[in-house]
Amino acid sequence: MSSLSRDDVAHLAGLARIELSDAELDRMVGELGVILESVAKVQQAPTEGVAPMSHPMPLTNVTRPDVVRPSLGAEAVLAGAPEAEQQRFSVPRILDED
Amino acid sequence: MSTATADAVMDYDEAMGKFDPVMGLEVHVELHTATKMFCGCPTEFGAEPNSQVCPVCLGLPGALPVVNEKAVESAIRIGLALNCEIAEWCRFARKNYFYPDMPKNFQTSQYDEPIAFEGYLDVELEDGSTYRVEIERAHMEEDTGKSLHIGGATGRIHGADHSLVDYNRAGIPLIEIVTKPMVGAGERAPEVAKAYVSALRDLLRALDVSDVKMEQGSMRCDANVSLRPRVGAPLDEAQLAVPLGTRTETKNVNSLRSVERAVRYEISRHAAILDGGGSILQETRHWHEDTGITTSGRVKSDAEDYRYFPEPDLVPVAPTRETVEALRGTLPEPPGLRRKRLQSDWGYSDLEMRDVVNAGAVELIEETVAAGASAAAARKWWLGEPSRRANAEGQDIVSYAAGLGLTPAHIAELDGLVAAGRLNDSMARQVLDGVLAGEGTPTAVADARGLELVQDDGALEAAVDKVIDANPDVAAKIRDGKVTAAGALIGQVMKEMKGQADAGKARELILAKLQ
Repeated sequence: MSSLSRDDVAHLAGLARIELSDAELDRMVGELGVILESVAKVQQAPTEGVAPMSHPMPLTNVTRPDVVRPSLGAEAVLAGAPEAEQQRFSVPRILDED
Repeated sequence: MSTATADAVMDYDEAMGKFDPVMGLEVHVELHTATKMFCGCPTEFGAEPNSQVCPVCLGLPGALPVVNEKAVESAIRIGLALNCEIAEWCRFARKNYFYPDMPKNFQTSQYDEPIAFEGYLDVELEDGSTYRVEIERAHMEEDTGKSLHIGGATGRIHGADHSLVDYNRAGIPLIEIVTKPMVGAGERAPEVAKAYVSALRDLLRALDVSDVKMEQGSMRCDANVSLRPRVGAPLDEAQLAVPLGTRTETKNVNSLRSVERAVRYEISRHAAILDGGGSILQETRHWHEDTGITTSGRVKSDAEDYRYFPEPDLVPVAPTRETVEALRGTLPEPPGLRRKRLQSDWGYSDLEMRDVVNAGAVELIEETVAAGASAAAARKWWLGEPSRRANAEGQDIVSYAAGLGLTPAHIAELDGLVAAGRLNDSMARQVLDGVLAGEGTPTAVADARGLELVQDDGALEAAVDKVIDANPDVAAKIRDGKVTAAGALIGQVMKEMKGQADAGKARELILAKLQ
């Protein structure tokens, strides 16, 4: 893994909706770089002929029948909402970037 | 935003002279399973907001999704009906993005391992020719929640102050069907686009996997359009070798008519830009049904970095070949073939069959014929008053008839009453009105309204004699062999009989007396 650039970190921060100051960006470039380097050690393991794995258990086709189960109910669903209106989750303005 | 100014467009024929259009259609279909893709919440349309939501579809910490078996079967059946290969092993993937319509901050979808791929659908065009639409893939995913935008103009997201989200729709099983670039359609590109979506809708309806109601959003279409310079006829090798131009993706094209219009509009808009020396911006466009134009949405940029990765909470889907073959055995007769078979069985002309198909009355007529009516009568009655009224109400004939309790058995019974000589045509119309008004079965309506042809031949004969006497000139014409003149007399006889006579019988009597 080559080193992480400042632009990479700024891009990731944007995707994750995390606002970072210039000082924080600089610090993160260094800290994330150390983490990546550490993780990169895993890449030294001999993996030739080993199929990539995404799931640790050799399971497939775990399904459930198409049978309705009770939902939570709107009151319980909205109980955790910071704000609700018209029985819906109220969220801040979505488009403010352009 | 750019909503205020309409873009320049080039005349369509002129555009076709200079450019060759290429399309790609993405259709999202909501399955009509009883429950959501990954949890047991119901999928009822129009329920109270947030009443069909649980920890899984709300993305609460620790909640674990489990795949809906029926949804996987439906996905495989759709793939098979589209002549696709079915993956032997495939995974779900997380598509990561921040948008409040998915509370998890990702949508569970499939990325590079779709359950179905490499298929095609043959689409019949209006002139009877066939266009083969190549299918790139059909994959499983989940629908998103629905947002209401508050505080802006006309409920649009732009300028909204805040938004309200209902997660009832979040997690409903969705199949996304993606075509390969559709080339070679030339000036018929808009027609091909519409015909494809229409054929796909028929197919999905025949598979009984979705409500396919575009107006309710259970089937949605995104249309990609690009132009390249015209160098020959649409199917010329030289033309097909020209690299594809930059495309735009028009979202929310949610009626068959709009699919055709939106593609046509984008072609004309691209043509004006390219012809003026400009270049097309790769972006999403919003379709406006009312004005028939598209406006700029968001520009495809690095904000669209979804960082897909295999969904760790769901194990791979690996349908056995036995399962796939068993599902293949459940496929219905392809709608195109079925239509041809029915048309031949029923003896309809091409035009008659097209009317029946356009009215959405194929199944009704099939059931009515099965209940004993003649095919001609079934067509006549369903496409008459019930169709006219359904149209006026903006409903399809099937749900309109169901809403009023009008059944194929009723129509067959009505036809039986006419065939048995109890009702004439105009009486049968009155009886149908009664049935549509909820007065009961045709026999019950006829009884209650006292509608019955007079079977008393004496009365009919007296009326015929009276009318002949009153119209000696017409009678003379008929005696001279001008049989068509009898129509004038029949009308008067029916009047004499206050409509309660069999017009056919009256005609027979008149001709017998004058020939």
